[in-house]
Formats: sequence, C-alpha cells, structure tokens
Amino acid sequence: MTAGTGGGAVTAGTAAEGRFAVRRWSRTASVAAAGSVVAVAALAGVPYYAGTSAEQPLVTLFCLVALASLWNLMAGFAGLTSFGQQAYLGAGAYALYAAASMGLDPFAAIPLAAAAAGVLSLPVSFAVLRLSGGHFAVATWVLAEILRLAVTLAPSAGGNTGVSLPGVSGYDALLRQALTYWWALAVAVCSVAGVYALARSRFGLDARAVHSDPVAAASAGVAVGRTRRWAYCLSAFGTGAVGAVLFANTLYTQPGSVFGVQHSVAMMFMVVIGGIGTIEGPILGALVFFALQQALSGYGPWYLVLLGAAGIAITLFAPRGLWGSLAAPRGWSLFPIGHHISGTS
Amino acid sequence: MIEVDALDVHYGDFQALFGVSLSLARGRALALAGANGAGKTTLLRALMGAHLPSAGTVRYEGADVTALPPHDRVRRGIAMVPEGRRLFPSLTAEENIKVGAVRAASPDWPLARIYDFLPLAATVRDRRASALSGGERQAVAIARALASGPRLLLLDEISLGLAPGVVEQVYEVVRGLRESGATLLIVEQDLDRALGACDDVVCLLEGRVALTSETAAASREDVVAAYFGTEGPHS
Repeated sequence: MTAGTGGGAVTAGTAAEGRFAVRRWSRTASVAAAGSVVAVAALAGVPYYAGTSAEQPLVTLFCLVALASLWNLMAGFAGLTSFGQQAYLGAGAYALYAAASMGLDPFAAIPLAAAAAGVLSLPVSFAVLRLSGGHFAVATWVLAEILRLAVTLAPSAGGNTGVSLPGVSGYDALLRQALTYWWALAVAVCSVAGVYALARSRFGLDARAVHSDPVAAASAGVAVGRTRRWAYCLSAFGTGAVGAVLFANTLYTQPGSVFGVQHSVAMMFMVVIGGIGTIEGPILGALVFFALQQALSGYGPWYLVLLGAAGIAITLFAPRGLWGSLAAPRGWSLFPIGHHISGTS
Repeated sequence: MIEVDALDVHYGDFQALFGVSLSLARGRALALAGANGAGKTTLLRALMGAHLPSAGTVRYEGADVTALPPHDRVRRGIAMVPEGRRLFPSLTAEENIKVGAVRAASPDWPLARIYDFLPLAATVRDRRASALSGGERQAVAIARALASGPRLLLLDEISLGLAPGVVEQVYEVVRGLRESGATLLIVEQDLDRALGACDDVVCLLEGRVALTSETAAASREDVVAAYFGTEGPHS
C-alpha cells in the first residue's frame, strides 16, 4: 500500500493509468445492441404482417417486461423491495379513465396517466421511504390497499364494479389494437432502455452503493434519500404507463383486479428467477413467466402451484437467477453496467 | 477548521457522549483515543452527520454544520474512512472509488493522483471489493475518501484487523497524507501509533473528554491514565 509522494503524482499516475484500458462496452454488447434494434424494428411491424392474433399475447409480454424492469430498478439497483407497485398500476389506469372522461384521446393521454402515477408517488415516497426492508415492503402494500379501497368507495370511479375506457368507440378495432400494441412496445423499450441508461449513469452507481451499504454510501457523499426517491418515483411513473396500456388493451378495469397484490408477486417472481440487479435478468424472467403462464394456464388452480414450484426450484438451484447463473461463470454481459478493465501493455 | 462544542449524543435512552468539546486546526492531525465503548466512533459519526447529536454544535470552516446530512458535509470537504472499511461488495474497487469521485468538490485528488498515492488500489481496481484482502480494502477505502477531495479526513480504526506489516503500510499512507497538508482526525486503539502520527490527542472515557493535549506535551503515562480512567502520574 506504499504511499507515493503528493508532488509529481499526476505524471506518475498517468503512467499508472496507461497500463490499463477502462471500458464500459464490449463486442458482445455491440452485437446485443444491434440485435435489439433489429428485434424492436421487427416487432414494430407485427401489426402489418402478423395481425391481431399475435398482438394480444405480445402486449401481455411487453407489459411483463416493462413491469419486471421497473421493479428491478427499485429492488435490484436501489435495494427497495416493494409489495405495492400495483398502486401505480391502478393509478395509471384510473388516471387514463379520468383523462378520457374529460374528452382527451385515450392513446394520447397515456403519458399523462404515467405522469399522474409519478406525481402521486412523490408525496407517498416521503412517507414510505422513512422505512426500510420488510417495513417498507408492507407499507407499500398497505398504500395499494388504501388506494383500492378509495377507488372502491368512489362512485365517480365506478366503485367496485369498475369502469370501461371512454373515447375508443371512434377507433376501428384493428387500429385500436395496433395502437395499443405499439404503446405496449414503446413502454417496454423505454422501460428497459431507461433502466439501462440509469444503471450506467452516476445515479446507477449511487443506487448500487446505497443498495450495498446505505450508511457507507452516505459517508461517501451519496444523497441516500434522494437516490431512493428517484428510483421509487421513476418506477412508479413507468408502472403507471403500464397500467394505462393494460387498461387500453382490455378496455375495462376494476379495483379488485388492478390493485391486486398478484401484480407485485409477478414482478418479484420475474426479477428473482431472471436475475436481480441485471438488465438481462428481468427480460429473461418475463419471458419465462410468460411461457409458464401460457403453458400452465389450462391447469386451473394447479397453475399457481406449478408456478410456485418452478420459482422455488429456480431459487434453490440458481440463486442468482437464470441469467446470473448462465452469464456470471462465462463472463457474459449483453448490457454491461460496470467498468471492464484490461491491460494494454 | 472544525470545532465541536458541548456535544451530547444519544442512542434512544442511552447517552453515548456527554458535552464533548474539541477543536482541530487546519493542517494538524488529532488522535482520538479511548477504550472500547468510550464513544470514539460515535463522535466520528456525529462529525460526519451519520448520527445527529441531541445537543451541542459542530462548526466546520466557520459554518454550523450540526444538522447537515452526510452528503452535504462531503461536498463541503469532510470525508471518512469508516471502521471496517465498509466497501460496497458488489462493486469493483474502481467503482467504489468513483462513488466518492463523482462528488469531488475540487480536483485535488483526481484518480491518477490517487492511484499514484495508493498503488495497491490501482493494482486491484478491476476486482470486486468482496474479493479483496484486508489491506487492499483499506487502500480502496482510503482512496474512496480521498476521491471526494476532502480537506478534513476522518479515519476510524484504520489498523483494525490488519496484519502488522499492513498496518505499517497504512501508516505510511497516513504520513504521506500529512506531508500533503491534509487535516486528519484519527481514531486508533494503538496508542503508540496514534501518538506518533498526530500533533494533538483527545482521550475519551465513557463518553467524556478525559484529556486534551498536544502529543508532545503529554506523557504516555498521562494518556494511559486518561484512557483507563486511572490516576495519572501528575495527579
């Protein structure tokens, strides 16, 4: 650990720096990025060449990818394990209902619905972020239940029977389905790309530090509360957008369904089995969850039992998640977050 | 540079510090000595803002910083190397250092200078913190603190759990920091090392200041007496 002298340090340090190349990108990442662009372009054309039968399941898959990525932003990067993200799913759906009831075009109002969920999350964050760990998780769940009860008791929001989405009758059914599909694709792409950009930024470094050790992070100069608040509110914003897209897809929503804790359980399942704290893991988790849903949906109540058994098996035999177990031993990283350092001399 | 006046700190009903006062001038090094449970780490946490005092004030460069959160104190030029190093295990050594570096208020410690000053941190920069040895962790912890460009550096138990040879290397770094003009507050159980490295000594006993002196003016027996609460040779 021998200390060098303070003077002349920059020159000597530059020489030391020259022995290494610090990189945040790789050839694999370039291929993955190019492949992602091609895949998104191909998916954007689905309404033209595949039709409604392909759109419906893909809307579900895109929403799952977005939800998993957004939950991972909180839990995987900032260390906030929430059981209550369904609060913002519902907030987005009911904000879309309010906007469409006021005469706004429902598809144009999806960003407004997302913003409403994000704005709602700000004052909520000041209350729930005073807590941590299990207390935080339970508090977020309680919040979602309060919102569900509030909507159930509000006649203007349709009460317990729910509401239909106004303003869509003027759309041709094919166009409406295609618009819903493109919105779902856009929300999924923006969620993954947004979380990736955040993870690679100074915010991402701060969030991972806060996740590791909040006290040490604060002592290193990280504004712990602000970092957690950004993760919570941005996740709520994106989850609100998903809620609005799901409402536009089904054209009907009710509090008992949209505010259900099963949404948070699904998010947790996807992130944990895919690989928490990575970009690739939640995408893989969403694909696995979607495949299991499709394969097991005919088994009635056994569907949940089999899903739970799959989750337990993956947690036991691949505790870092499927992506973590596959990628870590092989050094794979399609979407690198950290720095890669290699010798150049 | 920093003045602490009549500081009380509580953990719930338990009072850990009782009216602690001390001051440290720019460019000097102060050793904070005391037995386990004397309140040394609590005082450092209070200076860093990690634990707010129930009474008293902390003034840094003339400004009252008593209620400031830790990240604002880092921006003002206070940094801490915490007890146990407390690196972020999932991050690489370099990422650990960058957590501090992104908030650097001044370019006094760019990464190149840090790596020159702490070559061990440079050699392990691409390794995860969880895979580092004790000495490597200490080097990275000091590097992380330096990266924020501190004018006052708080070092908490920097030799704890390290092999004797590594401790000697850590204190070489401390001497290097002193030569660079840094202001240091060092918590250390090893009295001889602390007294040898610092200009001033404050000894805490059960949360109270038992001794304040320049190290040159205090005999080892005086410090030991204050450390254990026994009667000193001059009492």
